[in-house]
Amino acid sequence: MDIHSLPMHRIHDLLESRQIGAVETVLAFLERISSIDPEVNAYLATFGEKATEEAKLFDSGARQFSASPIAGTPIAIKDVICMRGTSTTCGSRILQGFVSPYDATVTEKLRRAGSIFLGKTNLDEFAMGSSTENSAYLKTRNPWDIGRVPGGSSGGSAAAVAAGLCAGALGTDTGGSIRQPSSFCGVVGLKPTYGRVSRFGLVAFASSLDQIGPITRDVEDAALLLQAIAGYDPADSTSVDLPVPDYRAGLKQPIEGLRLGIPRQYFIEGTHPEVEKAVREAIATCKNLGATIVDISLPHTEYGIAAYYIIAPAEASSNLARYDGVKYGHRAQNSADLMDMYRKSRSEGFGSEVKRRIMLGTYVLSAGYYEAYYKKASQVRTLIGRDFLEAFEKCDAIVAPVSPIPAFRLGEKSEDPLQMYLSDVFTLPASLAGIPGISVPCGFTSENLPIGLQILGPHFREDLVLRIANQFEQATDFHLKNPEVKGGGKCK
Amino acid sequence: MEFEPVIGLEIHAQLKTESKIFCGCSTKFGGSPNTHTCPICLGMPGVLPVLNRKVVEYTIRMALATHCTIAPVCRFARKNYFYPDLPKGYQISQYELPLATGGWMEIEGTNGASRRIRIHRIHMEEDAGKLIHDDYKPFSYVDLNRTGVPLIEIVSEPDIGSPEEAASYLRAIREVLRYLDICDGNMEEGSMRCDANISLRPAGTGGLGTKVELKNMNSFKNVQKGLEFEIRRQKVMIERAEPIVQETRLWDAGRNVTVSMRGKEEANDYRYFPDPDLAPVEVDQAWIGQVRSELPELPEAKRERFVTDYELPVYDAQVLTSSKALALYFEAGLKEFARPKLLSNWIMSELMRALNKSEREIEACPVSPRDLAELLRLLDSGIISGKIAKAVFDEMFSSGKSAQSIVDEKGLVQVSDQSEIESAVDQVMSENPKEVSEFKAGKDKLIGFFVGQVMRKTKGKANPQIVNDILKKKLNG
Ligand SMILES: [Zn+2]
Repeated sequence: MDIHSLPMHRIHDLLESRQIGAVETVLAFLERISSIDPEVNAYLATFGEKATEEAKLFDSGARQFSASPIAGTPIAIKDVICMRGTSTTCGSRILQGFVSPYDATVTEKLRRAGSIFLGKTNLDEFAMGSSTENSAYLKTRNPWDIGRVPGGSSGGSAAAVAAGLCAGALGTDTGGSIRQPSSFCGVVGLKPTYGRVSRFGLVAFASSLDQIGPITRDVEDAALLLQAIAGYDPADSTSVDLPVPDYRAGLKQPIEGLRLGIPRQYFIEGTHPEVEKAVREAIATCKNLGATIVDISLPHTEYGIAAYYIIAPAEASSNLARYDGVKYGHRAQNSADLMDMYRKSRSEGFGSEVKRRIMLGTYVLSAGYYEAYYKKASQVRTLIGRDFLEAFEKCDAIVAPVSPIPAFRLGEKSEDPLQMYLSDVFTLPASLAGIPGISVPCGFTSENLPIGLQILGPHFREDLVLRIANQFEQATDFHLKNPEVKGGGKCK
Repeated sequence: MEFEPVIGLEIHAQLKTESKIFCGCSTKFGGSPNTHTCPICLGMPGVLPVLNRKVVEYTIRMALATHCTIAPVCRFARKNYFYPDLPKGYQISQYELPLATGGWMEIEGTNGASRRIRIHRIHMEEDAGKLIHDDYKPFSYVDLNRTGVPLIEIVSEPDIGSPEEAASYLRAIREVLRYLDICDGNMEEGSMRCDANISLRPAGTGGLGTKVELKNMNSFKNVQKGLEFEIRRQKVMIERAEPIVQETRLWDAGRNVTVSMRGKEEANDYRYFPDPDLAPVEVDQAWIGQVRSELPELPEAKRERFVTDYELPVYDAQVLTSSKALALYFEAGLKEFARPKLLSNWIMSELMRALNKSEREIEACPVSPRDLAELLRLLDSGIISGKIAKAVFDEMFSSGKSAQSIVDEKGLVQVSDQSEIESAVDQVMSENPKEVSEFKAGKDKLIGFFVGQVMRKTKGKANPQIVNDILKKKLNG
């Protein structure tokens, strides 16, 4: 039995019934990390010793597997989420050496749920990117094809789950950063409703869009991991005080009679034919499961990219102002004066994509441009939100591709930011609207690259999105396929 | 040509909440550097602000007291700029949608008549930290204890016509802040700060000249002096036909001049935008009603009540309500000694003279209202004379002792005993036969001499009225 290829709920069952030990489990993952991760580059840091210590507490009975349905399972955290006493780099040189003095709310919740943290995963610097090539430290590779990107910005978490380097992981999604890498890596990734999960301790990229969510091997795990982190947090004024349903309990309900909307704007020229084919077949599967398929329109879809690339950089330009070399992180040496220190520290500390977005954001917020750009983009955002509200009068959920293309080659798009931005066309609108969305495996290209199906639901209907995803997953076997990563020879 | 100044003030007032505006840290002044801080006010990666509702409540108080309109929904915005005392690289303030707009404040104008200064807006924001520069090494240190202490900014319309009016407006604002118990109003310690916009225009015309922003005036005196200097400077510029530059100038209190800080072309573009970390603040009528019902009595209302209830002259009422503490002192004294006018006289003359002389505020007065009332009771019931009462008061002020104990210790009780005074009169008459005969021959003025002699014999304790009566009777008899 390969522990590393099992979903969290299965590992938890085995742990609880004492068929395997917690230390044994952690060691299995650590061993796999040391053999496979030099190929994949999913992790920026691992906490082998600490994780083993934690696991011992479970084996000795000091901690109970009954703490939660995921207690004792080892997971990975995207390195943009704070964990007390460990480094949080955000994939940036400017935060090199920064050790967080506090726990993010999600980290604290997972500690209570009994999670064992294996390490922090790689990402595009400050979560800005769609390929995980923008990290200052590593380029993460796609476990299905080492020559290709895992997607981004949560590429480290998605690749780690796909390659069996952790049982599950947390990612963050600002414009598709959970869903797109999950689709590229053939795993399940859920972006919750904006406000469902506390952002306290998530290093901000674009505050009005960022959400933390699970990246897992199957839908049931996504439900369990979401359950552990969801809920109102008084420390985050944008988190919403609504009851959290029992997500796992809802999974088994059939989707018969549900109306699934197919947005015509999501089936456009330029979409990879094999992607379109797989998504069409997935829609047919849903129909076979009893769902009604309805044609819908989201007329402002095409403005999503423009609105997103004004709002997100605007917020980022302000959010990243605190990295100034004064308090923590990188400070340039031999500066002539204060202005020189700011300029040098930030020039040396930030990578080019981050600089590009800071400049973009600074520009659109400038006096004289604010109305034409930021204000306008905010209005477009309202219209995109309205598109979804109107669509959800005609359907219960929306089904579409996650990305128009499967995983691309390393370096293929890194010289052309616009091409990179365009690959987010189907994930950005849901982020702008703040609605929940999931990516669930729905096929493979002829080159054996995973394809993801995106399911979007109304605000706070993660239960519905998970239920549809689960019913689809149970009717198919794409999630059971694993990539073959050749490591140091120890694993298959 | 005659010019008239056009002045507007921006007043920053630190609110006296227990904790900071967006985190739970203490707002106490003067802790060792960076001890009143947490990840949130330090601007650590990943932290989020949570609004302290008390700050909104305090701001509503000020808005109500200055007749402002309170917005049902207001928003926080980010003011972006780099400075080491600003850990997030932006200050959370309000921009497009402030909490309050369109109010006014009644002040005493230059000519003594009442003037109404319109208030443009009042908004909430967070304070920045402090830089401490090393005198010997090329280093600066950052103290972030003050970071996140709540501030309100009160922006007036350019309705102020002179430096005196500016000072008077500033005092009026400070008094309201103190009455509302939301700010210490201590300019020297920085809990209240004031910037000014000032321009000149030909007297009687409606236009506006180029305005200059004046900063760094950290006392009432400096506000007035800074504005006076700036008026003279701008006048000379206009008379020499030199253009006035729109700029920020700093008041240099050491040299008594204003100096240019930065021109408009170097002005910061703060790139304001709504803070996505904070939800819009909703203030409903119920909340406003609640705050209104808990508002303390404000200076204007108190003044009127002092005139009607205590039958005080308007002038007395004005002086006594000029500070909340003074009004409280007066009313506390009144509980023990129910003669408002006599009490008012003593507070306005002896007490305020002694406070001024010792450069003390009423809050630090060594004579409590109860002590003063006791003194006035002794005076009013004739136990001590007016002259002795003043001496006793001075002693009370310097030693902190009670009136009764001073009177007892020094045996200052006024002698009203008829026979005791008569015997003193007899003695004086027999010792001064020459003066007695002169008086009897018609030299009336000598009465003063006799009174003085009798008072000397009784060590000032004889009741002067009785002395007079007995003397007249005996000398004329
Ligand atoms: Zn704090």
